[in-house]
Amino acid sequence: MAKITVNFEKCKGCALCTTACPKKIVELQKEKRNRKGYFTAVCIDDEKCIGCAMCATMCPDCAIIVEK
Amino acid sequence: MERNLMKGNEALAEAAIRAGCKCFFGYPITPQTEISAYLSKRFQKEGGIFLQAESEIAAINMVLGAASTGVRAMTSSSSPGISLKSEGISYIAGSDLPCVIINVQRGGPGLGGIQPSQADYWQATKALGHGDFQLLVYAPCSVQEMVDTVTKAFDLADEYRMPAMILADGLLGQMMEPVTFPEKKESFKDKPWAANGHGGKREHNIINSLYLQPDVLENSVKARFERYEDIKAKYAEAEMYLTDDADIIVTAYGATARVAKSAVNMAREQGIKAGLIRPITLWPFPVKEYQKAAETAKLFLCTEMSMGQMIDDVKLAINCSKPVEFYGRTGGVIPKPSEIFEEIKKYNGGAK
Amino acid sequence: MAVVFEKPKSMADVTMHYCPGCTHGIIHRLVCEVIDEMGIEGDTIGICPVGCSVMAYDYFNCDMIEAAHGRAPAVATGVKRTNPDKFVFTYQGDGDLAAIGTAETVHAATRGENIVVIFVNNTTYGMTGGQMAPTTLPGQVTQTTPYGRDPKLAGYPIRVCEMLATLRGTALAQRVAVNTVPRIKEAKKAIRKAFENQRDKKGFSIVEVLSTCPTNWGLSPVDALKRLEDDMIPYYPLGVYKDADAFSEKEGE
Repeated sequence: MAKITVNFEKCKGCALCTTACPKKIVELQKEKRNRKGYFTAVCIDDEKCIGCAMCATMCPDCAIIVEK
Repeated sequence: MERNLMKGNEALAEAAIRAGCKCFFGYPITPQTEISAYLSKRFQKEGGIFLQAESEIAAINMVLGAASTGVRAMTSSSSPGISLKSEGISYIAGSDLPCVIINVQRGGPGLGGIQPSQADYWQATKALGHGDFQLLVYAPCSVQEMVDTVTKAFDLADEYRMPAMILADGLLGQMMEPVTFPEKKESFKDKPWAANGHGGKREHNIINSLYLQPDVLENSVKARFERYEDIKAKYAEAEMYLTDDADIIVTAYGATARVAKSAVNMAREQGIKAGLIRPITLWPFPVKEYQKAAETAKLFLCTEMSMGQMIDDVKLAINCSKPVEFYGRTGGVIPKPSEIFEEIKKYNGGAK
Repeated sequence: MAVVFEKPKSMADVTMHYCPGCTHGIIHRLVCEVIDEMGIEGDTIGICPVGCSVMAYDYFNCDMIEAAHGRAPAVATGVKRTNPDKFVFTYQGDGDLAAIGTAETVHAATRGENIVVIFVNNTTYGMTGGQMAPTTLPGQVTQTTPYGRDPKLAGYPIRVCEMLATLRGTALAQRVAVNTVPRIKEAKKAIRKAFENQRDKKGFSIVEVLSTCPTNWGLSPVDALKRLEDDMIPYYPLGVYKDADAFSEKEGE
C-alpha cells in the first residue's frame, strides 16, 4: 500500500507530476482552485499507487509527500 | 617600537597585517602594485590569504565574500580600478559589510596618467556607487599617518559595518619615511551576523542587499544613515595649523597639505598671517573645524591636485560665510610651495 | 506507512516564487537533498546570483550570500579561501554565469577553486522577461531576438562545460537535465559528486543543469519539458566533459 499527499496550497498546477506517474493515476482535479487560483494535482486511484515517488521527484515545489 | 624606513605602499600593507587583516585581493595597477607584492610575500608567512584576482571587479567581490564570513578583508587599487570596484562597493555598503579599500590616486579621467592626483575626491565622498550610502574616507598625508588611518579604518569599519577607504595618492604611496607599527591585533569583536556556517547552533544568516519591498529597503537605508550621523558626531578629524590668528586659511589634504604647509610657513616668515586646515577624514568632513576658523579668518584658499572638488565641501561647511578661493594643479602635476605662496600673497592684498 | 519522499530539511518550508513548472525548484531540491545526505548544512555557505534565483537565500536553510550579477564565483572564492573547511556553492543562471560573469567563471575554474557551481541553463533571461541569453539557441525567439537569434547578428550560444573542461583547474564539468525522472536522478548524482570533489579538495566542480522556462518560452510546463528534449539537448549534449583531480600530478587524471 502506498499513498501520496499533495499540498493543496503549495501546488501550482504545473502538471509535471502527471507526466511522471508510471501508473498514470496523477491528474489535475478541476473542481476546486487553491488560493492562488491553480487547479491542483491529485491521485485519482490510491489503490494503484506503488509509492515510487516519481511524481514527487518531478514536482518543482516539493508539494507531494509520498508514503509507503 | 622600532622605527623603520618604509615605502608608503608597503607601510599600508604592513599596517593591514597589524590590524589583523586576514585576506587581500588585488590586481596590478600603477602606482599601488607594491601593496599586492608585499602582501603576497608576507601573507604566505603570516598565514593570511593573498590572491591576485582576474580584475578589480572580481577582487572587490572576493572582499565581499570574505567580509560576509566576518573576516577582516582588504583590497587596493588606483583610480581607474576604483571605478571598476564601484558596483561591488555599493553592494558591500548595502549588505552592511566592513572592509578596507585603498585608492592610491593617479591622474584621470580615463587612463589618465600615473602621477599623483586627488581628482577622485568626489568619487570617494559623494558617489562611489549607486544608491544612498557613504564610506569612511581617510586622507593620510604621511607614511606614519597611512599606518594610523589603516588601523582606524579597520576598527571603525567593523564597528559600523561599512566600507572604509584610505584615499592616498601616488606620491604618498611611492615615498619612503620612517614609520612605527602597532602590535598585531589578535582579538576581534564577535560578528554574530557573519555567514560562516550556522553549525546547527543558530538560524541561518543572510548577507544581502536586495529588498524588493520599498519600505523595507527604505528602513535599511535609514538605519545606515543613523549610523552615519553617529560617525559624523564622533569621528571627524582635522589638523589645525596656525589657524587661531590666521587671516588667510589654506585648506588641503593628503600630499597637497604638505606643500600648503610649506607655503603657510613661507607666508608667516614674511609677516602674512596664514594658517592651514588639513582634513584627516574626508567623510565625515570636519565641518566644526571650518566653522570655528570661519569666525576669525578673512578668506579660505583651497588647494587640491584636481580642478577643485573638496572646495564645495569647504563652502558648504561654512555656508559661504567667507570667500573660498581655489588653486589647483591636475593631471599629475604636483604644485610647488612657491605657487601656493604666490596665491596667498595675491589674496593678502599683495606682499606686506 | 513510512514517508519515503518529502521536502529535504535544508530546504526552507516556503512556497517559492518560481513560475508553475519552472524546474529551478527541482534543482534547489536536489542541492538540498545532497546537503542533507552529506549532513553539511551547518558548514555550507551558498551564494546566489542575480536572476530568477536571486531570492534563493530564502529557500536554502544554510547561510547564504547575495552576489552581484555575475560575481558569485568571485564571492565564493573570497568565502572559500578564508573558510577552507566550509562547503561553498554558487547557484547561477546562464546570464549570470556565461554573460556578465564569464571572467569570474573562467578564472575560478582555472584557479581550481574548491567550490561547487550549480549552473542552471534555460537559454533565457527569465527574471527580466525573456531576453536573449548567452545560451539562447540559434533561431530561438526571445524579447531581444524577436525574429529568432541570427548568429550573424548575435553570435552563437556558449557550451560552458566543454569550454571549462579545457582548464586544468576544472575537476568536474558535467551537463545534466531535469526534464525526466531518470535524468533528475542522474543530476543529483552529479551534484553529489561535485560536493564530494569539494570535500576531497579536487578543484573546481560545475554541474550545468538544462532547465525549463515555460513563461518566457511561451510553452506550457509540460511542453517546455519536451522543448528541452527536442531543442536543447541536441545543442547541449548531456555527459561528463571532465572528471579528474585538478591537482593530480598528471593532468587529467
